[in-house]
Amino acid sequence: MTRVGRGALVALTTIVVAARPADAHLMTTGFGPFYDGLTHLLVSPEYLLPMLALALLAGLHGPRVGRAVLFALPAAWLAGNALGLLVVPRLTMPLPTATVTIAVGGMVAAGRRLPLALITGFAIAVGVLAGVLNGVELATARSSQLAAAGAAAALFVVVSLVTGQVASVRAAWARIAVQVAGSWIAAVGLFMLGWALRGR
Amino acid sequence: MRASRRMLALMLVTPTAALAHTRGGEALGFASGLRHPVSGFDHVVAMIAVGLWGAQLGEPAVWLLPVTFPMVMALGGMLGLVGIALPGLEVGIAASAIVLGFAVFREARPSLWVAALVVGVFAIFHGNAHGTELPPGANALLYSIGFVIATGLLHATGIGLGVAHRWPTGRAALRALGAGVALAGVVFLWHAVVGGGA
Repeated sequence: MTRVGRGALVALTTIVVAARPADAHLMTTGFGPFYDGLTHLLVSPEYLLPMLALALLAGLHGPRVGRAVLFALPAAWLAGNALGLLVVPRLTMPLPTATVTIAVGGMVAAGRRLPLALITGFAIAVGVLAGVLNGVELATARSSQLAAAGAAAALFVVVSLVTGQVASVRAAWARIAVQVAGSWIAAVGLFMLGWALRGR
Repeated sequence: MRASRRMLALMLVTPTAALAHTRGGEALGFASGLRHPVSGFDHVVAMIAVGLWGAQLGEPAVWLLPVTFPMVMALGGMLGLVGIALPGLEVGIAASAIVLGFAVFREARPSLWVAALVVGVFAIFHGNAHGTELPPGANALLYSIGFVIATGLLHATGIGLGVAHRWPTGRAALRALGAGVALAGVVFLWHAVVGGGA
């Protein structure tokens, strides 16, 4: 092998062995970061489940609570997202997500009437937490801020659809079906907690 | 030539993990979770018996028992995941089929909290035994979602069959089903105690 060939081989090898891991994309739709963020929420059950549970809970409490949560939750998500991007360097996701999923799913399953302020406050707290976690993920993946807007838009659509549907339910069996869905979400949350504690 | 070998060796011993994908095993995880509860006959008969018993008991047990079961089952699964294995798992699962089947056969009507307690206790065994059997490479969260959905659908099947409780012939058929579940439980118990697992 010539000196030039050896040099090229060394250079190539150096590039290969010194390569950094590929930066992960949260979700790549091909339509840009807004749609990447939008899709990311819809295909991430760890984010979607607690949000669905909150939407069910708000819907069970009628249109007034539903409207409050519809605007408070995406706004809190965006605020948390900004916090995650700017302030918080690292957060592990599974434990807080699992805990929130169990709590909200359990509240839906219990079917108790709760005051508007409590549900809205809880929605804000959950929205900020999930937003922070999402912001950390975006920062880690060096994704555009538009992805956060996409995720918030998806959240708004999901909450409006689910809350609106549940709030319009009058039949007793349909409300029970919502409570059963809440118990399933809480059950999945318990499994999430188990997997998180196990370190999977 | 020596340089080439050295370069090759260097490349082989210092690989960098590819992190191009943040996730993996989604379809496998969900499908495995969905399939798992229906792949074990012991689990299937107990889940259906919960639905049948709930249907016999009527409101509010018809929805309270299927709400109780998945949540407590998941608690049992969580205990299994953190390394707390319940003693006598297979015996507990067999006993669940016997007791729940017998309750359906006898059309037992205990107070609501007793029924929920019975279902809850047995649910822990089912969760502890089955909820942690994640196939290699599968997504754990989607496995859990599939597992919970399949369990809930088995309850729904039992409740659907329990609609027959409205008619005398249907009531007799449900009692026969309950007897069948209890007998299956006896077979499971035999395997658990003598034959090394159902």
